[in-house]
Amino acid sequence: MMTTQLVAMAVFLPLAGFLINGLAGRKLKSELLIGAIGSGTIGLSFVIALILFTGMLGTPVADRTTIVTLFPWIEAGALSTSFAYQIDQLSILMMLIVTGVGFLIHIYSIGYMHGDPSFWRFFAYLNLFIFAMLNLILADNFLLMFLGWEGVGLCSYLLIGFWYDRRFEKGSTGDAAKKAFIVNRIGDVGFLIAMFLIFTTFGSLDFVSVFPQAAAFPVGHEVMTWITLALFLGATGKSAQIPLFVWLPDAMAGPTPVSALIHAATMVTAGVYMVARCSILFALAPTTMMIVAVIGAATALMAATVGLVQNDIKKVLAYSTVSQLGYMFLALGVGAFAAGLFHVMTHAFFKALLFLGAGSVIHAMHEEQDIQKMGGLKSALPVTGRTFLIGAIAIAGIPPLSGFFSKDEILWKTFSGGYWPLWIIGFVGAGLTAFYMFRLYALTFEGTKRWEGEKHPHESPLTMTIPLIVLAVLSVVGGLIGIPESLGGGNTIEHFLAPVFGPAELAMRLHATHGGIEYLLMISSVLMAAAGITLAWKWYRTASNQPVRFAERFAGLYRVLLNKWFVDEMYETAVIRPTVRGSEKLLWKGIDVHVIDWTVNRLGTFAQWVSRTVRVVQTGVTQNYAFVFVAGVLLIIGWILSA
Amino acid sequence: MTGVEDLLQTTPLLIVSISGLVVLVIDSIFRNGERLAFWLAATSLLASGLHGLYGIGETGTAFSGMLTTGGYADFCAALFSLAGFLTLLLSRDYIGSRTTDRGEYYVLILFAVAGMILMASAADLVVLFLGLEMMSLCFYVLAGFTRTSFAGNEASLKYFLLGAFATGFLLYGIAFLYGAVGSTNIDLILSSASHLRDQTFFLIGLSLLLIGFLFKVAAVPFHMWVPDVYEGAPTTVTGFMSTGGKAAAFSALLLVFAPRLASQIGPVREVIAVIAAVTMIGGNILALSQENIKRMLAYSSVAHAGYLLTGVVAANGSGSTGILFYLAAYTLMNCGAFGVVALLESREGGRTSFQDYSGLSKSSPVLAGLMALFMFSLTGIPPFAGFFAKYAVFSGAVAAGYTWLAIIGVLASLISVYYYLRLVVLMYFSEGEHPVPAPVPLAYAALLAAAGAVLFLGLFPSTILDLTATFF
Repeated sequence: MMTTQLVAMAVFLPLAGFLINGLAGRKLKSELLIGAIGSGTIGLSFVIALILFTGMLGTPVADRTTIVTLFPWIEAGALSTSFAYQIDQLSILMMLIVTGVGFLIHIYSIGYMHGDPSFWRFFAYLNLFIFAMLNLILADNFLLMFLGWEGVGLCSYLLIGFWYDRRFEKGSTGDAAKKAFIVNRIGDVGFLIAMFLIFTTFGSLDFVSVFPQAAAFPVGHEVMTWITLALFLGATGKSAQIPLFVWLPDAMAGPTPVSALIHAATMVTAGVYMVARCSILFALAPTTMMIVAVIGAATALMAATVGLVQNDIKKVLAYSTVSQLGYMFLALGVGAFAAGLFHVMTHAFFKALLFLGAGSVIHAMHEEQDIQKMGGLKSALPVTGRTFLIGAIAIAGIPPLSGFFSKDEILWKTFSGGYWPLWIIGFVGAGLTAFYMFRLYALTFEGTKRWEGEKHPHESPLTMTIPLIVLAVLSVVGGLIGIPESLGGGNTIEHFLAPVFGPAELAMRLHATHGGIEYLLMISSVLMAAAGITLAWKWYRTASNQPVRFAERFAGLYRVLLNKWFVDEMYETAVIRPTVRGSEKLLWKGIDVHVIDWTVNRLGTFAQWVSRTVRVVQTGVTQNYAFVFVAGVLLIIGWILSA
Repeated sequence: MTGVEDLLQTTPLLIVSISGLVVLVIDSIFRNGERLAFWLAATSLLASGLHGLYGIGETGTAFSGMLTTGGYADFCAALFSLAGFLTLLLSRDYIGSRTTDRGEYYVLILFAVAGMILMASAADLVVLFLGLEMMSLCFYVLAGFTRTSFAGNEASLKYFLLGAFATGFLLYGIAFLYGAVGSTNIDLILSSASHLRDQTFFLIGLSLLLIGFLFKVAAVPFHMWVPDVYEGAPTTVTGFMSTGGKAAAFSALLLVFAPRLASQIGPVREVIAVIAAVTMIGGNILALSQENIKRMLAYSSVAHAGYLLTGVVAANGSGSTGILFYLAAYTLMNCGAFGVVALLESREGGRTSFQDYSGLSKSSPVLAGLMALFMFSLTGIPPFAGFFAKYAVFSGAVAAGYTWLAIIGVLASLISVYYYLRLVVLMYFSEGEHPVPAPVPLAYAALLAAAGAVLFLGLFPSTILDLTATFF
């Protein structure tokens, strides 16, 4: 009873915030008030999430899943869907991340967006995003999840194009927003098809009905493979995996807090969450699992290589996000669902931290984003510099910071599952990660200043630095809940999530293994990270011609990486241009104009002609009317009597 | 035994007819009794309407089996009272600014509603006829209520001539049925249909009765009076005739023909199906080339009679509840549409052409918005009530095996999109100058209530569908 109200409040408070700021924001003159409404609603949601979480810890493991039905939503034929939320270990974890990190980023935005003419609109969108995201992760059925899924997509679109009057790269921010939206639509088709298949197979879209039914299917059943492949297509769109990752780097056109919240910490992990939520379906489809793992590993490596050479501070972080998401999918693909979720959490901490740090730098440098034109910012931005360093160490995988535990768990599960080629890719990727992160840190904060003109960067206000500090602390200690048993920890998070993934692990016949080799792998990955850091430090801390010489020696490869493997160009030639041309020449000017419009117009003029012809009967003379009447009478009586 | 009990069972009829008599007296005794008369009439219609909504009683009979009470009769009574109530609110200023005898107008509305209630409660064809004539006589007078208006007089006279003509057929049909069955009791006639279905007199009687009803609902080819009368009559009266009058005729049609008779006698059902198809097509096609809003709405009203007839053809529960839902929705949206037209109309009866509405959204945004809403609902676009109304009757027809009729219905309503939305396009996407009509609080309240109800019924159609499902 109590839970129902709490959950409803947690979900609908952000909506209330959206409505207040969205409808009345323009008239609320005070930024403080708008920011307080925007952040306060999320803060309250976070408090509620904490209450629910502690309540859950106090209940026996068997009773931890609660379904909260608010009202019946759609009843049509065999389809019956409610606005209902499922509170369990998985969704509460996501809820804590989304509202917790979201709250910090809201606070940060008060400082970052200060003075923006559309301050109110920003907070309205941000709140709407949290509302949609909560629907996505708390939904107890696929349809409501899809509502949230589309909702976050809409908010992402609105926020990428938030500064709609600004230029972005070769186009406008609107182009970037459209790109994100359209690419996501391709993934959404997959999600929709999956829903249709699920409904025809199981006759329901509710998790509580679908998953137990699915568990009865044999491993490798064809339907499961198709359902999960379609779902995974949806996930590659939302979570920026090969082949649909191209929108995420462009999404950096939005304000930096948006990049931190939506395009790093929360929304992009929706695909990971969705796969984890459907773990039982995926577990029954080994083919899909293999594809997930391979795509994850390939994305992790590919994005990391691009990240090595980018010069835009946010671009590096964007590719880093794509790469880290690849790790999460690698984890899911090898059946390490809990490890994947663990990485979602730690990544939310350190990537939000890094993005907000980048925002702080950009803020101080007056919208400069090129790291070639930075350097030596450590002294001017002490808090930002230090917290950024913590984030970099965390993501590089140096113990005992959070990134080490989550990434190592993934690598170990990959290796112990027998996927050693994928492990190698992940292992190499870890080295690259350490390298590009420290390249970024060194070029930004170390060395001497490389910018021209009168710029006096100074530290950001408290509303921005406090979230940085909090996130830095979380990045340091966040891994402690997942210390593996081999290091004497309890791997708390895996045990906490175990009931959710139990059926899937049962279907995959997974069992935990530990052994001496685990230590060996740990040590080697730490060494790998250390090597990456050392190299980056040597090359970039002080001006050195090493990188340039290296780039000249491998000029071809360098060009490929700098141009992001030419993926955008390939899509342009292979997909976009043929589609546009085909639409224009054939579909529009051919079929649409000459076939469809022509037919419709002819039908219209025909109907008009008939109307004008027949209306002559309406003479206005009453006798004529009576005559038609009698004719009708005779026809009717004649018909009935003759039948 | 006729007594107090019988009277109590027919509460709505009692309220409306007594208040009609009282208003008549008030109007002739007091010089300035208009205000009192109006509020009394409005209150009694509201009371009778609310009685139907909240106090639907057990089904029974009253007055020695001449009237059925409760259930269906109560629901229909509420519907008619609602139509009357909306019309009253919309009319007060409209009629007041055109004539001096508003008191009579209220009396006529009340008696028309009483006649309608009598029709829906009839257990005997004689009572049905009584109600029909009571309603029609009021309509004849109402149509020509603006005595100095040439068009009004023409409308009234045409309506009277053709109405009398149709009444002849109806009465003749009743006579034939009496000859064939030996009774005018509806129940008795229906139950003897199975063994009389090949008897010529019986079939002729049925046909003539059907024709009488088809005239009242304005089905092709008995619709010729509709455009002329609807155009010439005062706009608020037109709104009342097209909603209350049509609803009453359909309630009688449901009582006699659907669902019990149509399913038993094949040829009758076929004839109704063909007429439904012709009505849907004809009404919509003819509406296309109209340049006057009132004439357009007149032909649209013909087309809606066609949609409603598919529910009669369906002759099943879904079709019948669909008709009742449709009537409720249609009453709201059509009263609303005519109400807007009435507010915008000039005193001489001008400003009713399509062109007069261009750019209306700028000068009268509220009226334009309401009109757009009613047009969308008449088109049958969700989430408005008009959508579920069509859906209900068409799905009834499909369930009864008349898929072809439903297809014709959908295609015909496709045509209607043009002329309904043309008005919306004109209001919102072209320029024009308009005198801003003086605000009329009562009329605006009625329009807003109707619009709200259209939306409500569109979102929660089961409120009425579940209720009416118990009647059949």
